[in-house]
Amino acid sequence: MKHLLSIEDLDRAAVEALLDQSDAFLDVLARDIPKVPALRGKTVVSLFYEESTRTRLSFETAAKRLSADTMSFAVGSSSVKKGESLLDTVKTIEAMGIDAMVVRHHAAGAPHRVAQWIDASVINAGDGRHEHPTQALLDAFTLRRHRGPSLDGCRVAIIGDIRNSRVARSTMLCFTRLGARVTFVAPPTLIPERLDGWPVTVAHDLDDVLGEIDVAYVLRVQEERLGQALLPTLREYYARYGLTAERAARMKPDTFVMHPGPMIRGPEIATEVVDGPRSLVREQVTNGVAVRMAVLWSLIGSGGHVA
Amino acid sequence: MFRTRVFDASDLRRAHTRIAHEIVERNHGAQDLVLIGLHTRGPAIARRLAAAIASFEEVDVPVGSLDVAFYRDDIGLRNVQPLGPTEVPVDVTGRVVVLVDDVLFTGRTIRAALDAVTELGRPRAMQLAVLVDRGHRELPIRADFVGKNLPTGVGEDVRVRLSETDDVAEDAIELWAPDASGGSE
Repeated sequence: MKHLLSIEDLDRAAVEALLDQSDAFLDVLARDIPKVPALRGKTVVSLFYEESTRTRLSFETAAKRLSADTMSFAVGSSSVKKGESLLDTVKTIEAMGIDAMVVRHHAAGAPHRVAQWIDASVINAGDGRHEHPTQALLDAFTLRRHRGPSLDGCRVAIIGDIRNSRVARSTMLCFTRLGARVTFVAPPTLIPERLDGWPVTVAHDLDDVLGEIDVAYVLRVQEERLGQALLPTLREYYARYGLTAERAARMKPDTFVMHPGPMIRGPEIATEVVDGPRSLVREQVTNGVAVRMAVLWSLIGSGGHVA
Repeated sequence: MFRTRVFDASDLRRAHTRIAHEIVERNHGAQDLVLIGLHTRGPAIARRLAAAIASFEEVDVPVGSLDVAFYRDDIGLRNVQPLGPTEVPVDVTGRVVVLVDDVLFTGRTIRAALDAVTELGRPRAMQLAVLVDRGHRELPIRADFVGKNLPTGVGEDVRVRLSETDDVAEDAIELWAPDASGGSE
């Protein structure tokens, strides 16, 4: 595997191989010295055209734990402000000698273009409304640690702004690869107009599915992407789709709660639910570093692509 | 192509017993020892050595396992994958660590293991026990305890089969000629 651009490119065996490796890296992170020399001499650069805290920090932590050198490129303080194109920016960075580029961009498909332009490995850290594959892998890894190696038969509700969410798409694909059955739960305006071929069911009423699900995966309503009047008011949305303590109490006692962050505590997901015993939210963040270590190792370390 | 059987199950049992005695003799007892097996067969061999020591010395020596994939110097040159978990049940600082592996060849795995253990703590000393030393060292590394010194050609294949790790009824170590397919080490 040279690049990680989309969960769509991975079959079940490839997903499982990455998650198996993530286990090894989670062990490394638990040590007194949570660092191994595996990627010594390699350089990983993060190129973020959209703001991000956890994804960028998570990748940089992962690279440092593997002893790689890291460079960070913040668009706000760069020549992009002076009008430099994506192509020129990417070519300039490549000329400094890098092994992997972690790309986040507001345009869907931007990482695919970058992968065609440069020799280094490209990792999609979120492109527009398209995909966010490492988030999906860390979600699957987190859930797998609690559900056993397979997710066969596991029922997952992904609740929220499906239409604007790259996480919904990637995570749905990844969970499905491992055998889970995914339901999108949102008002009709926040469901993509066409779901042709997507292996999902759709529900418009959260209260209908609450009692049947094994996982409640809550998404943030992306006000910055809403643009058009898709919702009358956020308040009305939260009244019907917010994961309140009262709704959580109607779930099965062993239903897990997940959220990719950043969260809007309160209306979107109640504090006592986020911090409750069935919440995997904090674990998702820790596991994110291990999963990104596995991705970096697979792409530029293990030599799996050398043979 | 099969060339010769180096060890059968009884030979292996005797080798384990002898190495266990040598380890205890060299260290004037079994206190402060910890046996750390290198994946994939090292942990099983380490457990056998610990069982032997327990039988005559009445000390339960802690046994750990070590994966050196992330410490290798050939990362990126070939497909390197982690082979198993690193689990060392005690703090190695101040103890005598005996690294345990099946076959000693170039020495590069052991070099990686020295680095890996160093990150777990600062042992008082590190020693090395192997079932077979087949020569062809590429680094200044030697074993303290050896089951058998086996002169080999570089292309030959030393095949270790243990009941715990290889799905065989009976333990064996065999030497195979270069044209054979499969196998390891």
